[in-house]
Amino acid sequence: MLEMRAITKRFPGVLANDRVDFDLRAGEVHTLLGENGAGKSTLMKILYGLYQPDEGEILLNGSPVEIHSPTDAIDLNVGMIHQHFMMVESLTVAENVALGLPSNRGFRTDLDAVSERITELGTRYGLKIDPSATVWQLSVGQKQRVEIIKALFRDANLLILDEPTAVLTPQEVDQLFKTLRQMTEDGRGLIFISHKLHEVLALSDRITVLRQGRITGQVPVEGATRESLARMMVGREVKLAPDKPAVEPGRPRLRIESLTVLGDRGDEAVRSLNLEVRAGEILSIAGVSGNGQREMAETIGGLRQPTSGAIFIDDTDVAGKTPAEIRAAGLSYVPEGRMKNGCIGAFTVSENLLLVDHQKAPYVKWGLFDFGVIKEHSAQLVKQYAVKTPTLDTTARSLSGGNIQKLILAREISGTPKVLVASQPTRGVDIGAAEYIHKRLVEQRTEDTAILVISEDLDEVFALADRIAVIYEGQIMGMVDPATTSREEIGLMMAGVHPETTSDRP
Amino acid sequence: MTSAVTQRRRQSKYLAFLIPVGAVVAALLIGAIMLVTLGANPLEGFQALLKGAFGSKDALIATALKATPLLFVGVGITIAFRANVINIGGEGQMVAGGLLATLTALTLPDLSAWIMLPAVLIAGLVGGAMWGAVPGALKAYFGVNEILSTIMLNVVAVQLMNYLLRGPLIDPGELERGTRIPQTARLQEGADLPLLFGDGRFHIGPLVAVLAAIAAYILLWRTPLGYRLRAVGLNPDASKYAGIPVKRTIVLALTFSGAMAGLAGAVLVFGSESHRMVTDGSTAGFTGSAGFNGIVAALFGGLHPIWTIPASFLFGGLLVGGNAMQRAVQVPSALILALNGLVVVFVVATDRYRKRMLARDVRVDAPEPLASASNSPPTGGPEPPGEKDAS
Ligand SMILES: Nc1ncnc2c1ncn2[C@@H]1O[C@H](COP(=O)(O)OP(=O)(O)O)[C@@H](O)[C@H]1O
Ligand SMILES: [Mg+2]
Repeated sequence: MLEMRAITKRFPGVLANDRVDFDLRAGEVHTLLGENGAGKSTLMKILYGLYQPDEGEILLNGSPVEIHSPTDAIDLNVGMIHQHFMMVESLTVAENVALGLPSNRGFRTDLDAVSERITELGTRYGLKIDPSATVWQLSVGQKQRVEIIKALFRDANLLILDEPTAVLTPQEVDQLFKTLRQMTEDGRGLIFISHKLHEVLALSDRITVLRQGRITGQVPVEGATRESLARMMVGREVKLAPDKPAVEPGRPRLRIESLTVLGDRGDEAVRSLNLEVRAGEILSIAGVSGNGQREMAETIGGLRQPTSGAIFIDDTDVAGKTPAEIRAAGLSYVPEGRMKNGCIGAFTVSENLLLVDHQKAPYVKWGLFDFGVIKEHSAQLVKQYAVKTPTLDTTARSLSGGNIQKLILAREISGTPKVLVASQPTRGVDIGAAEYIHKRLVEQRTEDTAILVISEDLDEVFALADRIAVIYEGQIMGMVDPATTSREEIGLMMAGVHPETTSDRP
Repeated sequence: MTSAVTQRRRQSKYLAFLIPVGAVVAALLIGAIMLVTLGANPLEGFQALLKGAFGSKDALIATALKATPLLFVGVGITIAFRANVINIGGEGQMVAGGLLATLTALTLPDLSAWIMLPAVLIAGLVGGAMWGAVPGALKAYFGVNEILSTIMLNVVAVQLMNYLLRGPLIDPGELERGTRIPQTARLQEGADLPLLFGDGRFHIGPLVAVLAAIAAYILLWRTPLGYRLRAVGLNPDASKYAGIPVKRTIVLALTFSGAMAGLAGAVLVFGSESHRMVTDGSTAGFTGSAGFNGIVAALFGGLHPIWTIPASFLFGGLLVGGNAMQRAVQVPSALILALNGLVVVFVVATDRYRKRMLARDVRVDAPEPLASASNSPPTGGPEPPGEKDAS
């Protein structure tokens, strides 16, 4: 039904799409796979009329079309679910769906008819939603359903989904996939964008891989493996799960005792939480974001004050202490917001590596910086941690996310911490960089560090964890062994369902 | 790629430097129009301005002396701005520094210049520092806007000065004669700023100011403390995360800034030809508005202490030359004020473009979709050539 031929799109300094051919048949899911910046969104925005291609042509049902705006796209029955939702938060679901529809009643839209149709579509595709609910009350997953309903309402035969699973829990992903399959059975064609390999394998009929604007592979799902796809994405062999040498965990180095922390809205984000991480082990916290993991990490790092409870690093209670005191007690912390907290964008690579140790010898002599030593130190870290930067004096903000993350990791691990807390260590990071970061985290276990990894990415949780703790509404729902648990079990716990059979606590 | 990046950066820094120059030229053009409207020949006027500012040894000395307080205050402003703190309290801090230095000279017995001179300069430093620390602490610990609190402290300082110079510190001679001019007695000679070049007026003040600028540069880019000031200015969240005491650093930024202005106050007192502290009832009477004009000099210098040296000199020249122009082409003195005001308006108005120019970074790599929160407090000014900085 769709053919895009030799699409080329240039942005200043970037060739975002380089002679990309892409096609879609009715009734199939064709996945666009690629790293951040590979050009997936650009290609789809061209199809949806948000960008104009510099070269190339688009054929829909065999005839060439010009798509100058999303309105054109909608008229051609092309729909798109964006990475970021576009809705009026203060209106109801039905009002949002009706927005922009041609009205058949003069200035008034027949909202009852709209609501009826929403319910109808909802039942058919498993998109349960209350048409009279106000949008701001909805969860992220529910908002996405509304977006899909909006597209269906406009008779989208061809639906583009730009990273729709990024914001969903595993259960919601399952539900979404059921909906999508139902849609393909009705003969609609879907373009699915993702960089999560297991999802791609689960949903797709065909997979096209983009790297740096170019197609590096187009394969049917049969015979594709995570490894083969990753190789096409990165351009080299990739190890998706790091080799984990067995390390016998030692004594608990991080102990959290009935910790309670208030969230930004004054609610209890962390509620009497207990947790122990031992020397030489990686404990992963799995959970849907917004269940207190951010607040917990910030409290351990001293960025947030607990209302009660204790946090022991070895034998020092650091709850409520300043970040400097907590670091002195042996904590290193890779924060969730790498541009917000993790680095200073306008500072150079070299300066950022000094963020914590900027007043310690040997970097300071007679009260002045010793730039010779500093340069040597940062050059060594940059090399050791494979930070790709043109110079040491390049500002951090001009590096890619993966390299910024490696920079932060280099700074935080190099001091051989007693406890390392890493929040979303590879979120939005390239596979190559993620592979490297995972390797370093696993290696750090042999240094007797107790490592707490907080991640929404279950692949990451499974790849790293010696034990998995699932967090839900500020409490640990259960502790499971990655060797004996399943995605389903963890997914249920992430959704707040108590584990029936608590796996033997290691 | 690397060289292209650095070239682009250099280019934008170059442009960033041209913007304030362009602003001054634009202000002068409008000034020219005003001169024409007043029936004066603008060419003649500007010639007189240039000559009056830089045309002779006397002119150069006058300009350097006029530039001195601007430079002190401007250097303080660069320190505060680097920590993302705006110090509008230069006027009050100058007064406070001048007062404490005067008090020191009046209190201490006659001592040799080797002791007296450092003593009064340090007193000036301390006076200004205290006047800066107060709004600093109010901002850091109580969230009081420093723009408001520094301006209010200007008013407090001038009232304090008027009270002290009319009462407790007044020259006893004034009381005897009954003239009651609000000024101190001639301060002790040990504290007189030494004169240079056998000139009756040129004292070491300008030299001290240049040293202060160099010291500020070293502080900001060569010491851990300066690193903290800049880190807090650019990203307080990351600073806090890394263990930097953000609040204390903010207090320090305003303290240093005030200290520089206080030094300017001390230099004004002990470098004055009457060697007394005098008030006409207003702050400007004592400071010559250097507490405000120094801000412009610092902006003109791209908020870089080294560049603030020539910027202050140029701005000082404008002030001195303005008077010469007024005499030469017979225009009302208000025009000179207007001209200065125009320069201020233009420099300040274009400052955001200069900043944006400097903030413009060339991406090395694919951008990061999750990278949020762009922060754009004052970025680096145009760096002096040949500086191999860690900034
Ligand atoms: N509006 C734009 N202006 C300039 N460059 C852009 C723009 N949109 C995307 N790019 C660039 O095009 C490339 C591809 O981006 P994108 O299509 O968003 O990648 P993806 O969706 O695969 O992560 C990136 O290098 C990005 O920087
Ligand atoms: Mg994208």
